[in-house]
Amino acid sequence: MLLIKNGRVIDPSTGGDSTSDILLHDGRIARVSPGIDAKDAEVFDAAGLIVAPGFIDLHCHLREPGDEPAETIETGTRAAARGGFTAVCPMPNTKPVNDNASVTRSIVERAASAASVRVWPIGAASLGSKGESLAEISAMKDAGIVAVTDDGRPIATAKILRHVMEYCRALGLPVIEHCEDPSLFAGAVMREGATSVRLGLSGMPAATESICVSRDIQICALTGCRLHIAHLSTTKSLELVREAKHAGLPVTCEVTPHHFTLTDEDVHYDTRFKMNPPLGSREDREAMLVGLADGAVDAIATDHAPHTRATKEVEFDRAAFGVTGFETALALALEALVHTGRAPLGRVVELFTSGPARVLGIRSSLAEKEPADITIFSTEHRWTFRAEESASRSRNTPFDGRTFRGAPMATIVGGRIVWRRS
Amino acid sequence: MTLRFRHLLALEPLLREDIAFLLDQSKPFQEIQRNPLKKLATLRGKTVALLFFESSTRTRISFSTAAARLGADTMNLQAEASSVKKGESLLDTVRTLDAMKPDVIVMRHSASGAPQFVAERLKIPVINAGDGVHEHPTQGLLDALTIRDRIGHLDGLNVTIIGDIQHSRVARSDIYALARFGCRITLCGPAMWLPRECEQMAPGIRLVPRIEEALRDAQVLIVLRVQTERLLEPGLPLDEYIRLYQMTPGRLAQAQPGALLLHPGPMIRGLEIDPAVADGPQSCILEQVTNGVAVRMALLYLMAGGTPGSGGPGTD
Repeated sequence: MLLIKNGRVIDPSTGGDSTSDILLHDGRIARVSPGIDAKDAEVFDAAGLIVAPGFIDLHCHLREPGDEPAETIETGTRAAARGGFTAVCPMPNTKPVNDNASVTRSIVERAASAASVRVWPIGAASLGSKGESLAEISAMKDAGIVAVTDDGRPIATAKILRHVMEYCRALGLPVIEHCEDPSLFAGAVMREGATSVRLGLSGMPAATESICVSRDIQICALTGCRLHIAHLSTTKSLELVREAKHAGLPVTCEVTPHHFTLTDEDVHYDTRFKMNPPLGSREDREAMLVGLADGAVDAIATDHAPHTRATKEVEFDRAAFGVTGFETALALALEALVHTGRAPLGRVVELFTSGPARVLGIRSSLAEKEPADITIFSTEHRWTFRAEESASRSRNTPFDGRTFRGAPMATIVGGRIVWRRS
Repeated sequence: MTLRFRHLLALEPLLREDIAFLLDQSKPFQEIQRNPLKKLATLRGKTVALLFFESSTRTRISFSTAAARLGADTMNLQAEASSVKKGESLLDTVRTLDAMKPDVIVMRHSASGAPQFVAERLKIPVINAGDGVHEHPTQGLLDALTIRDRIGHLDGLNVTIIGDIQHSRVARSDIYALARFGCRITLCGPAMWLPRECEQMAPGIRLVPRIEEALRDAQVLIVLRVQTERLLEPGLPLDEYIRLYQMTPGRLAQAQPGALLLHPGPMIRGLEIDPAVADGPQSCILEQVTNGVAVRMALLYLMAGGTPGSGGPGTD
């Protein structure tokens, strides 16, 4: 039994926001009320802290199986726990690709023995994510996948996408799309603009993403399947998502912390600022912040993409795309949205909890009998993030050395404290 | 005055006085080239590492001539014959060479920013000899020197650069070098190689796709090499380029009388330039080559130990 005392309990599923105690028992929430007294329970003093449903990260790369030098399920989920996440959704671009039930099962089994937090795998939409023929989606669903995607690239053709979406609609699975037009993307290493021209780096225009978003929304309308746009990064893409939502289509989207805090101007040949989609313009960053605040964006997702030094400490052109993100996500969101007064705290909690839960079609709540997955954080705690102290195996973060106000303080999964700030 | 910077990675961050200083420092080395005995002992005992990860003829020979004339020894790396082909990373390659204790690194690489990457990780000065489509700072300096010698100054000149601006490291360095002296720079070329963002590189830059308009009032014309591989993909027929942009005697006549004609080489006669123009009295092409050696001598002298604090052993 664990008793969380005197925290400010924020539950976006009910709109609740008040000081209360929460008693956890047998992996579930037993009681939520002020003044609970439970003699034999371990007590967590949450006075001055926020108590929220467990954070869900819709988009990460745990690199296992296949690229264990960069990350493993064990190290990645430890980093996730330090970021306040109680559940993470690893993308299927492992080696081998998670495109069949045996790979899914191996991930689920490995997670059961080694993971600090819940691991909800996402399956490949097509075999090998090659965009030619459908993966074993139904079998993977039985093995535990929560969505499908060919992440790393979009589902190759409108025809295959249509097939996948028709099939997934019947299965009740959302289709997650990494949106980019491959011909405009080819050879590019950053966003096209004044900075790419100045640095002499090959740039992709913002339309690279929105052209594909537009295609996908039209296939969504054709099939009625839930469509989720991964790591949305451009003004135009968000506009298209807004229109689709307005038209009543089942379209959702996520934005990463780096896209709402950095811009292409931050790229100085430093490969820690190289990711796909690339950092956008100031206007794009502003559009992301507006969308996060007003509800157009459904979730904050990290796109935690660990890479070894060998693949990052090279020429910018040759460096792998991707940045790590679990441990800095909440602090960046608090900094960009709450401390600036752009959004109330409850909205940020929603972006990490009920927002992503809705994308997956699951519940996120602090109601009694719900699983005891809880994130406790501070909006005021001052700390400095040091990449070398990260639990991740990789160090490819643009936020090394940054000082933050606000931090995860404890992560509780199934009623057990899996991480607590020391 | 001594150098205010450790490395020469780009002209963009340099001030007018930095560039003027480098041009002034090149003067004595220009004179040495006219002597029957051209060799100095200034850098005797020093070693210049010439790391050419991308093939180059004139820039490599120009730097190695400059080093030789200063009495320095050289270490040569050419990518084709190197461990790079065997899959060694750039960092491992340069660390290996650094362990052989050169005093300065001269580096060319096909990736923009690669010299900066190296400079951030080694303790010795790095001179960028051309990186990707970013900058070619010594070319910018030798072009500025050539123009200053012919006209007597650089202030407020009308300079037109013609060709594939987007993919030209020469254009970028020329723009930064000349704009510092208030030159009015016009960029001219096929529209897809003339990104709007170029206007932001310096004040007063004009983008003019039509060559007739770009030539009007020009006092200096810099014709860029056409990289034929760029013509193939995504595709501009060669004949279209020749018809619209080749520097012909007729076009040269549309610029100011006596306008200077520069080309960074290697040039393809009959493509971007008509042979009559290349060999004509307004052409500065061979002076550029001679001045290239002088500029590089000045830089090696300043960066490999010619002045205190510019990167000898033990300084950082």
